[in-house]
Amino acid sequence: MYFNARGQRVSRARWKEMYQAFKNRQELIKAKLTRRDLVRMGLLTGGGMLVPLAGLSSRSAYGYSGTGGSGGSGGSGGSGGSGGWGSGSCNHDSNGCGNCASPPTTPWTMNMPILPVRQPIALSSLTGPAPTIAPNNATNPSTGKPYEGRTRAHQSPIGTDSRLPFPATKIYQVHQQAADIMVSPDLPLQRLWTFDGYSPGPTIVAQYGTPILVRNYNLLPTDNGGFGMNSVTTHLHNGHTPSESDGFPADYFSIGQYYDQYYPNQLAGFLSTHQSTNGDINEALSTLWYHDHRDGFTAQNVYKGLLGNYLLFNQFDTGDETTGFRLPSFPDYDIPMIFADRCFDASTGAMVFDTFNIDGILGDKFMVNGVIQPVLHVHPRRYRFRWTNSGPSRFLQIYITDLASPSATQPFWQISNDGNLLPNPVQVPAVALGVAERADVIIDFAQYAGKTIYLENRLDQPNGKGGPTGSIVAAGQGFLMLKIVVDLPSVTDNSAAPSAATTYYALPSVSASPRVTRNFNFDQGRNGEWYINGQLFSGATPRFTVQQNSLEQWNLSNGWNWSHPIHVHMEEHQITKGAPGLYGSSSDDSNNYNRWSSEYCWSNCSSNTQSGVNLTRKDTVRLTPKSTAVIKMRFRDWVGRYPMHCHNLIHEDHAMMVRFDVAPTGDTKSNP
Amino acid sequence: MFGRRKLFEGLALVPVAGALSCMTNQKKVVIPAAPVLPPPGAAPPTARGRFAPMLSGREMMRSRFFPNIELVTSKGERVLFYDDLLKDKIVILNMMYAHCEGICPTTIANLKKVRAILRDEINHDIYVYSITVKPEQDSPADLADYAKMHEVDDPKWLFLTGKPDELDTLRHATGFADPNPDVDRDKARHSGMLRYGNEPLAIWGSCQGSADPSWIAKEIGFAVPREFKRHPAVND
Repeated sequence: MYFNARGQRVSRARWKEMYQAFKNRQELIKAKLTRRDLVRMGLLTGGGMLVPLAGLSSRSAYGYSGTGGSGGSGGSGGSGGSGGWGSGSCNHDSNGCGNCASPPTTPWTMNMPILPVRQPIALSSLTGPAPTIAPNNATNPSTGKPYEGRTRAHQSPIGTDSRLPFPATKIYQVHQQAADIMVSPDLPLQRLWTFDGYSPGPTIVAQYGTPILVRNYNLLPTDNGGFGMNSVTTHLHNGHTPSESDGFPADYFSIGQYYDQYYPNQLAGFLSTHQSTNGDINEALSTLWYHDHRDGFTAQNVYKGLLGNYLLFNQFDTGDETTGFRLPSFPDYDIPMIFADRCFDASTGAMVFDTFNIDGILGDKFMVNGVIQPVLHVHPRRYRFRWTNSGPSRFLQIYITDLASPSATQPFWQISNDGNLLPNPVQVPAVALGVAERADVIIDFAQYAGKTIYLENRLDQPNGKGGPTGSIVAAGQGFLMLKIVVDLPSVTDNSAAPSAATTYYALPSVSASPRVTRNFNFDQGRNGEWYINGQLFSGATPRFTVQQNSLEQWNLSNGWNWSHPIHVHMEEHQITKGAPGLYGSSSDDSNNYNRWSSEYCWSNCSSNTQSGVNLTRKDTVRLTPKSTAVIKMRFRDWVGRYPMHCHNLIHEDHAMMVRFDVAPTGDTKSNP
Repeated sequence: MFGRRKLFEGLALVPVAGALSCMTNQKKVVIPAAPVLPPPGAAPPTARGRFAPMLSGREMMRSRFFPNIELVTSKGERVLFYDDLLKDKIVILNMMYAHCEGICPTTIANLKKVRAILRDEINHDIYVYSITVKPEQDSPADLADYAKMHEVDDPKWLFLTGKPDELDTLRHATGFADPNPDVDRDKARHSGMLRYGNEPLAIWGSCQGSADPSWIAKEIGFAVPREFKRHPAVND
């Protein structure tokens, strides 16, 4: 099956033309023909387009005119006249960024990997010295560097509070190292960066009330294969984690060092607002993911494989379908899935990264749990799927498609938003996920017994820069990501059937007056800068300080034609205004779009009141172009430095990030 | 069942690394096969089928991003972009033009501070290349005047011009071109990014030239291996 860089299915003949055009451009470059030579030879127009000769420009012959509406800049074509070099034509009428034309792969030839569950080890089995509260700065004689890359002590009351024993109740050890991974039988093995040989890494399964310590070793190679930075910091995304274990972007450590990360696995409020109940049960988290957060190199390192899932269970979300909320049992019927899109070199088959593209990168190959277009066999019963969009820059809107009757809507139940169980399940036709957003869903495959269905991304996104156009392509015409074959025998299903009357956690109140309201504007400067309030990231000093345990309101506004998934570390927020809806919806909030004419989402992005799946806690807000979202949250229990940033990994790496500190005394800066 | 057999036939054709399913468990749990961990310094994975051999990191970067075009320094010397300016070096690249009154003065001033910090802290030469986005206007003499005006007198900081079409190729290759052609034509809005790289190690990054210079120096310093550094200040 062949795709263009927009994820649209194309015929084999069409792909061969794309590939031929790509190779021809490479040949022209290799021959050291310049733009002027090409223009002279009549092969390139003044505007930089290869002339529409078959096999030379794969684009113009097919007249991709863009779907973006009123953008005024489209007529002159892409600026990528330089051919095969790295980042090129990325305008909305172009065929994808970075000339991504991966070699063809045959879909549905590999089973979808289900990553192994990480097993704890004995404290005495740790490699290196025993864990310490203060960073172990002693020199490791075999490396000449300090044993540990951590620079700050595990904060109080770790080690003194009985709920926070030190080292920890359970001990884990992980090794970041290179491994040769198969992503498709049609491609060579890929030398990726992994956690103990797996990318995505093994799933960490944790329990509320059971703190864990993860000794994280950096054993990455010095040869990066062309991209990747071998100093790393691992962020637990959605974790209510003390700053020194959070994976702050500047807290990275180098080859041969370890970093002990202490994950308390305690409910928010356990040291502050909800001490008597050991935290607020309504702040319980379920689906988290860990990923590299290295300042300036997060995109390269996550793209190269440094990510995985972290699941949290408690007395209600138990992993056992006969107890608690009776959600499908882990791991047989509760399956995490990490989505990613990647680009591969047509000549060598190696995974490639568009290093100098600072707007956003799209791949033309979709991977689920590290394999391109895999197959999953299921029993005819209810399953819980935990979906994570790991980017780097693509937005998804995921549908269930039955190719035998593509026009039929296939509704399913969404039970969480960003890994936080909703107050009630919501039946949805699709799930929209910006980069880093997550959704847990329940799909009852009894209705599909004997059938084959697909998870399909139908969201149109022409390039990495602006985000999706908001248009939804017809069912079966989008990007089929996962083939699900319902051919396993019938088995008992003890899980509860979700309905609107099912209740999970109530929504914590954020109706109190915020101590401070802060405004943040996300925009691009005149010279390509990714700004928050006109400023760039500096990890060395905080831009503002949040008063610990107080309620804050942040107004997040977005300029121009870009979409930004904004992620706040440390504690969940609620979107009280301007929450995004499904793309392609007609219920626009036109007030959000009144500043400039828009290339993207003008009539296809929707904004909802706080209802449905937006009646929820979140950790990432999907800002559609020119929209404003209002979020409220508390930062409880822990202190220290944390970032807020755009989770388009490319924007994040290029300074669309702000450091804030949480401290006993906060400031009241309203436009930090 | 037929579907499963077919799937395994397909898998039998491929090498051991990859996904295998546990036959004993009715295909329920599928975990990737035992990982293949290459020893340190191992060659890239071998080529398969019709594919060309994989490239080393620096070869991949060179072939994808660094056209070896000829540039001219402010002293009139001719240099090749990859062979003379990048190969075996730690470098910082930025774009400018001689009459730029927008972001350039900020960037140049920042670069001077960054350079001073790095000179103290990195035990290795770092080269700075300021490349004009208006080669049709900026002669070597204009660039020399510009360097003098900004009091840049540093043999390892070159101001460069060249043939307009080739510089256009270079600008696109190294990501200094704006994806929007209207914006790209407006040279006052040229990219304010810095590119920095350690060519032999294939470590390449970008940061904003208008950011806090001490933070820029830290970011660049972090990308330089420890053995090249004098002080631990920017190490960890």
